[in-house]
Amino acid sequence: MLELAAVTAGYGPVTVLRGVDFTARAGEVTCVMGRNGAGKSTLMKAIMGIVPVSSGRISLAGVDIHGLPAHQVPRHGLAWVPQGRRLFGPLTVAENLEVGGLARGNRREIRAHVLSLFPRLAERLDQPSATLSGGEQQMLAIARALCLEPRVLLLDEPTEGLQPSMITLIREAVLRLKAEGVAVVLVEQRVDAVLKMADRVAFMAHGRVEETLAAADLTPGARAFRDYVGV
Amino acid sequence: MKVWGLHLAVLAALALLGLVLPQYHATNLARIMVLAVFAMGYNLAFGYAGLLSLGHALFFAAGMYGAGLPAWHWGWGAAPALLAGAMAGGLAAVIVGLLALRTAGVSFMIVTLMFAKAFALTILYFNSWTGGDEGFVVPDTGRALFGATLAADGPRYALAWGLFTVALGLSLLLVRSRFGRVMVALRENEERARMLGINPYAAKLQVMGISGLYSGAAGAAYALLFGYVGGTFADIQYSILPMLYVLLGGAGTVLGAGLGAALMFYLTDVASSVTDAWLFVVGAALVVLVLFAPKGILGWVRARWWRDLP
Repeated sequence: MLELAAVTAGYGPVTVLRGVDFTARAGEVTCVMGRNGAGKSTLMKAIMGIVPVSSGRISLAGVDIHGLPAHQVPRHGLAWVPQGRRLFGPLTVAENLEVGGLARGNRREIRAHVLSLFPRLAERLDQPSATLSGGEQQMLAIARALCLEPRVLLLDEPTEGLQPSMITLIREAVLRLKAEGVAVVLVEQRVDAVLKMADRVAFMAHGRVEETLAAADLTPGARAFRDYVGV
Repeated sequence: MKVWGLHLAVLAALALLGLVLPQYHATNLARIMVLAVFAMGYNLAFGYAGLLSLGHALFFAAGMYGAGLPAWHWGWGAAPALLAGAMAGGLAAVIVGLLALRTAGVSFMIVTLMFAKAFALTILYFNSWTGGDEGFVVPDTGRALFGATLAADGPRYALAWGLFTVALGLSLLLVRSRFGRVMVALRENEERARMLGINPYAAKLQVMGISGLYSGAAGAAYALLFGYVGGTFADIQYSILPMLYVLLGGAGTVLGAGLGAALMFYLTDVASSVTDAWLFVVGAALVVLVLFAPKGILGWVRARWWRDLP
């Protein structure tokens, strides 16, 4: 589905990604783990076209997407929920979803599907998003991205700072998306969350994906977690 | 319904005031309504889309000259002159936007300011055709509209009210539309909007064009209603004024621009009749406002009582 081959990218003269090879498959959750500065968030930004790719190839279902203007990337079926939610605070829940769906024509069935994933949002459609709780804001950030009907969903630490009940709700939504055939790429630091959701785990260090392992082969004390995450 | 009711009530009150106010205040109110249209245009760019421009004097002056020059040189009537002025403002804004929107923040302010300054100098450079520093008086033929003259109190007030009504209605429709939501999204987080497939450059260029149309229409109406076109209207002062109106009334509120224009106009009018240090009084009032209602008067009302106030 999503493939990166020998991708090099960075900020001006600073190279962050140094030849990244990475694959996300339909109907799978691929977690990306690594220490701070390993290049996880830059990887997301490079995929979304925010950070320019200086060499290598990024393709979605065989179509090259690197080099596209950033606003065109979501139209190809990629959606990204960055760290920190970043909702449009004064807009209501419904209006946030409306803006999220503009590129896809705001079809009613998409919105209904999104709200079925997060029923709590359906009860708060007229509420300004800035007044939602942290967990609800995260749900809305994911829901808004899903209005793009993505084939690949990139989530950057979606459970960071949330209470356990909210984490469970978000995890259930992610697993449902996976069952629907969406390729989910999840940047996550918590080993327990990774083991509950992931099919594969890509470990990053020094701007490269050093190892990709099946989640089924990993245990909480696995060597890879110690080597690449430090836990 | 409540929202439309409020706006219709404001329009009805303004229509009524035109009938009952003494001539001095009716003329003032006509001027305020025209300036409010200018401020509404500024509000769409700044209050809703987050574009802090220092070049709106250019769009206002483009409207003024776009209407005034054809009336002066070619004897155009008020209707085509008004239309030409509005189009000139919109066109100027799109041309400026094409370049200025490649920048953001302080750079955007400076680039728009430079464009406005260049336009003011252009007016002076072509003084034989534009009237230069002294400007020119719009001839009576240019102030004739459907058999009436805009120099008369009644038609002047009626046109100002009509323009204000159209501008207010369109503003309300615009900010409550999907495009209105896009404007707010751009203001709140442009990068996020981009990641949802919105092209910020194209959307902001549209906002600039619409804002320029408003400013141009206001400039054209100002020229035709009050009969004078001059280079001073292209000075930075006329870029700062709509900003102050919007900040005072409430950025991102449809009625805020008009309320700010009215309060600022009368604050200046009253203060300058009492003291030579009227600028100090106006400045002090603005400082108090920023301290106690940083979102402006209607921004404060919206935060406290009326969350859905557009």
